[in-house]
Amino acid sequence: MIEISGLTKRYGDATVLDGIDLAVADAQIAAVVGPSGAGKSTLARCVNLLERPTGGSIVVGGHDLTGLSRRDLRAARRRIGTVFQSANLLRRLTAAQNVAFPMRCAGLPDAEVRQRVGDLLERVGMLHRANHYPSQLSGGQRQRIGIARGLALRPSVLLSDEATSGLDPDSTRAILDLLTELRDDLGVTILVITHEMDVVRGIADHVAQLDHGRIVEQGPVAEVVRRSDSSLSRALLPLPPATASPGLQVWGLRYRGDAVAPTWLAQASRELGTDVALLSALVEESGEVPVGRLTVGVDARADERRVVEVLDALGLVAERVTPEQALRVVPDEAVA
Amino acid sequence: MIPLLGTPWPDVPDLLVPALGETARMVAVVMTVVVLLGGPLGLLIFNTSPLGLTPQRAVHVSISWIANLGRSLPFLVLMAAVIPVTKLVFGTTIGFQAAIIPMSIAGVAFFARLTESAVREVPRELLDVGLASGAGRWQIMTGIQLREALPGLAAGLTLNVIAMIEYSAIAGAIGSGGVGYLAVNYGYRRFDDNIMVACIVALIALVQVIQFSGDRAVRALTR
Repeated sequence: MIEISGLTKRYGDATVLDGIDLAVADAQIAAVVGPSGAGKSTLARCVNLLERPTGGSIVVGGHDLTGLSRRDLRAARRRIGTVFQSANLLRRLTAAQNVAFPMRCAGLPDAEVRQRVGDLLERVGMLHRANHYPSQLSGGQRQRIGIARGLALRPSVLLSDEATSGLDPDSTRAILDLLTELRDDLGVTILVITHEMDVVRGIADHVAQLDHGRIVEQGPVAEVVRRSDSSLSRALLPLPPATASPGLQVWGLRYRGDAVAPTWLAQASRELGTDVALLSALVEESGEVPVGRLTVGVDARADERRVVEVLDALGLVAERVTPEQALRVVPDEAVA
Repeated sequence: MIPLLGTPWPDVPDLLVPALGETARMVAVVMTVVVLLGGPLGLLIFNTSPLGLTPQRAVHVSISWIANLGRSLPFLVLMAAVIPVTKLVFGTTIGFQAAIIPMSIAGVAFFARLTESAVREVPRELLDVGLASGAGRWQIMTGIQLREALPGLAAGLTLNVIAMIEYSAIAGAIGSGGVGYLAVNYGYRRFDDNIMVACIVALIALVQVIQFSGDRAVRALTR
C-alpha cells in the first residue's frame, strides 16, 4: 500500500510537483505516464526518497516516509525497492554480487545473503548467469538482475523508473511479465514510471497522467480506456489512421463495456442492410476485458440515427467523424 | 686538456644497482604516504563538491585550495621551500629523508586530484543505487565510488609512480641518493658519459615497465 498525498517539490521558484495525490492498493500495479519534463523522474526520486519533498506525504505500509532523520531515512529506503532505467548495475560486481549488495549494506548474515541471492536469481530466471559481469549480459538480462536487486530487502513497494526504456520489445514483454508475476505471487505493490503506453496497457491496474507537475487524469486502466473525451484514453488506445473512404459516412466507435460480441461487425451489417467497412481498428484485452476503438464506414445514404441505434444495441458508442479527422494521425503530444 | 674517462662499463652496475634500489625505496615510501593520504583527500574533495554525497562548499573550497597549493610550485622550488619542515622533522636537510617530505607533499596533492577525477567518472546513477539500497556514506564510498573507480585509480597510480620517479631524480640535487643523484653527481658534475648513459637507459626502462604494468592492471580491472 502506498499513499501519496499533496506531494509538492519546488526547486527555488520552479514548482516541479504540485500537490500529487496518488494511492496504490496492495498488490496493484499503478503507472504514472507523462511527457518528458512533466515531473515523472522527480516523482520517482521523491518516492524512493532520493529527493526530499517540499510538502505532502508519502505513506508506505502505514509509515510516513517524509520528514525522517538521516538514520531513519536509510531504513525507510530499504522498504522501497527501486528498479532503475538501464538497470544501473555496479560494473565491477557479478550479477550475484549486485543482487547481494543491498543485503551486504544492511549487514545480513552471509548464509542468509547466499540463500536469498539464489532464490532471487531463480525467480528472475538468471541463476545460470550468477557469475557473469554486467558487460556480459544483454539489456533485458541486466534489468532482470536489477529487479532481483530491487527485491533483495523484501520491500513491500517496488518502484520501476523507466525500467523498460531502451529494451527491445521481447525483453520489454519479458520484464513486464516478471513484474506482473511479482504482483501476483509476492503481493508486491508496484509503481511504474514510464512514457510507454504499451507498458501501461500491458500491466497496469491503475494509471495516472502527469503534466506540468500535476496529475491531470487518473483511474483504473479498464475504466480510463473507455472514457470518450480523454486524452489519456486516446493515448492508451491510439487509433491508427483510417484507410481512405470515398463515398462513405465515417464513424468513430469505441467499446462501451465488456458486453460486445466478437461478431458485432457482421451483425451490424445485417441489421443496417448495408455492408459496414472497417477502416481502422484497435481491439485488445486490458485487464481481462476487451477494449476497442475503431473507425468504420457505411453507405453515405444510411440513416445516421439508425446507425447509432444499431451500434448502441451492440454495445458500441458511435460518433460521426469527418474523413479528414479519420485520416489524420494524431500523436498525442500532451500524453506521451 | 686532460681526457676525461668515464667509469669503465664493467664497473657501472656497482654504482647503478644500489642507486636503483635507493630510487625504489624512496618511491615506495612516498607512494605509501601518497595513497594513504591522497586517496582519502581526493574522495573528500569530490564528496564535498556539489556533485558529491555531502556537498559542503566551505570544506570543498578549502581542501581544494590546499591540494592546489601542493601542485602549484615547481618541484625544485617546493623542495627548497619545505627545507625548514624537513629540518624540523628529520633534523637534516640532505639525503633520503630530505627528499621524502617534498615528494610526499607534491605526490599527495597530485594523487588527490587523480582520485577526485577517477571518482567523478563513476556515473551519478550508481550513487543513487547505493542510496536507494539504504547504503550509508561509508558503504557508498568504498563499495561503489572506490570500487567502480578502480581502473581509473590504477591509471592514476601509474602516473603518480612515474611522477615520483621523476621527482626522486630532481631530489638528486639535494643529495637524496638514487638514480637521479648518480646522474647529477657522476654524469653531470664529472662528465662521466658512461654513467649518464646508464642512468638514462635505466630510467627509460623503469618508466616503460611501470607504464606497461599499469596499463595491464587497468585492463584487468575493467569489467
